[in-house]
Amino acid sequence: MTSDQLLDVKGLACPIPIIRTKKKMNDLAEGQVLEIHATDKGAKADLAAWAKSSGHELITQTEEGHVLKFWTIKG
Amino acid sequence: MTVKAMTAEQLTKKIVGKEPLFLLDVRNQADVQDWKIEGEAIVDMNVPYFDLLDGVEGLLQHIPSDREVLVVCAKEGSSILVAEMLSEAGVPVRYLQGGMKAWSEHLEPVKIGDLSGGGELYQFVRMGKGCLSYMIMSNGEAAVVDAARMTEVYIDFAKKHNVSVTHVMDTHLHADHISGGKKLAEQTGAAYWLPPKDAEEVTFEYERLEEGQRITIGTASIDIQPIYSPGHTIGSTSFIVDNQYLLSGDILFIDSIGRPDLAGMAEDWVDDLRETLYERYMAFSKEYIVLPAHFMTKEEMNEDGSVWKELGLLLKENHGLHIQDQHVFRKMVTEGLPAQPHAFQEIRQVNMGKLNPGVEEQREMEIGPNRCAIR
Repeated sequence: MTSDQLLDVKGLACPIPIIRTKKKMNDLAEGQVLEIHATDKGAKADLAAWAKSSGHELITQTEEGHVLKFWTIKG
Repeated sequence: MTVKAMTAEQLTKKIVGKEPLFLLDVRNQADVQDWKIEGEAIVDMNVPYFDLLDGVEGLLQHIPSDREVLVVCAKEGSSILVAEMLSEAGVPVRYLQGGMKAWSEHLEPVKIGDLSGGGELYQFVRMGKGCLSYMIMSNGEAAVVDAARMTEVYIDFAKKHNVSVTHVMDTHLHADHISGGKKLAEQTGAAYWLPPKDAEEVTFEYERLEEGQRITIGTASIDIQPIYSPGHTIGSTSFIVDNQYLLSGDILFIDSIGRPDLAGMAEDWVDDLRETLYERYMAFSKEYIVLPAHFMTKEEMNEDGSVWKELGLLLKENHGLHIQDQHVFRKMVTEGLPAQPHAFQEIRQVNMGKLNPGVEEQREMEIGPNRCAIR
């Protein structure tokens, strides 16, 4: 999956992953894709819910070992 | 600006004391729907923290000024953030220290009563998960029944009361929480007892709980008598302590009965469940104090925060004991059951010794309510 920007929030606990994601999304243009790498398990449900409530789209997520990867399109 | 924490213990006391509290839960909606903190005097509201990152102004009008305000999240990080924002906006608030994780792990000891030979029986209420465990003490010795994995709580409590834990037992192989039984037995040198029919696949040595056996605690004649009572699991065992107390495990609760499906055997075990409840339990003394391994609602809790009821009263009031038609009973306990507990299959594997996850993973597995009952 291709992305326009990568955000690494591995090792950071809630609420930092979402705060950083939100900030990074502000720098993107509509339709661009942000890839996020996190390790906080809470990010799974929170990122999905956050994307929905803020008008972005979480297109896919994977788990590679302990690393959670997310791809979101700016809405 | 720093905000003050409220511990899980302080929160427990407030809930039991019915102190008015406004609880702002900032977890995502799905998690809150699945599992939240409840109390008779609690008014709650859910606004996810990620919807408050731009400010809390819109929230202020919803926050009452006549009661204490507590912000809650999964692990505490987000609740501190929101609590600080609210505090800066002039609203005095506290956050729950350790979040739902700490809430899930807190055990509150409550004395149930005295034993005839001078001993005492304590119930450990795990408010966050609705799990109940027990310590029976007499003449310097103690037994722990259905221990949670936070074993240091029992060890400290025993030390404080000058007793040493000599026996640890589980009424059955648990599916909703990780048993601390084996660990506690190892830490204290106590014997660990399990019902053999639930323990066929366990990977460690244990003592076999068998019907009619007596386990003596202390020098006084305080016996724990295991009674084979299958239904929730095939090996489920009840204990009669001091001919006063009936520890019913996950067979009979205050306002519900045990579900037989968590080991994948609902159809096979439904008759056992019925026989245990409708024949064995009905034959016991009506004066027995029933002490279950779980509670599901705050209505099941007594004024002092304990969870028990006399068997005679339970037989009158518990809906699950009044289904005369066998087919209706079968239908109720095998169809339309509530959602199964989070990670229950993995939890069973851990309790059999087949999986050995770290503490963090154990916490993740135990997230959520217990859901062992059918109403």
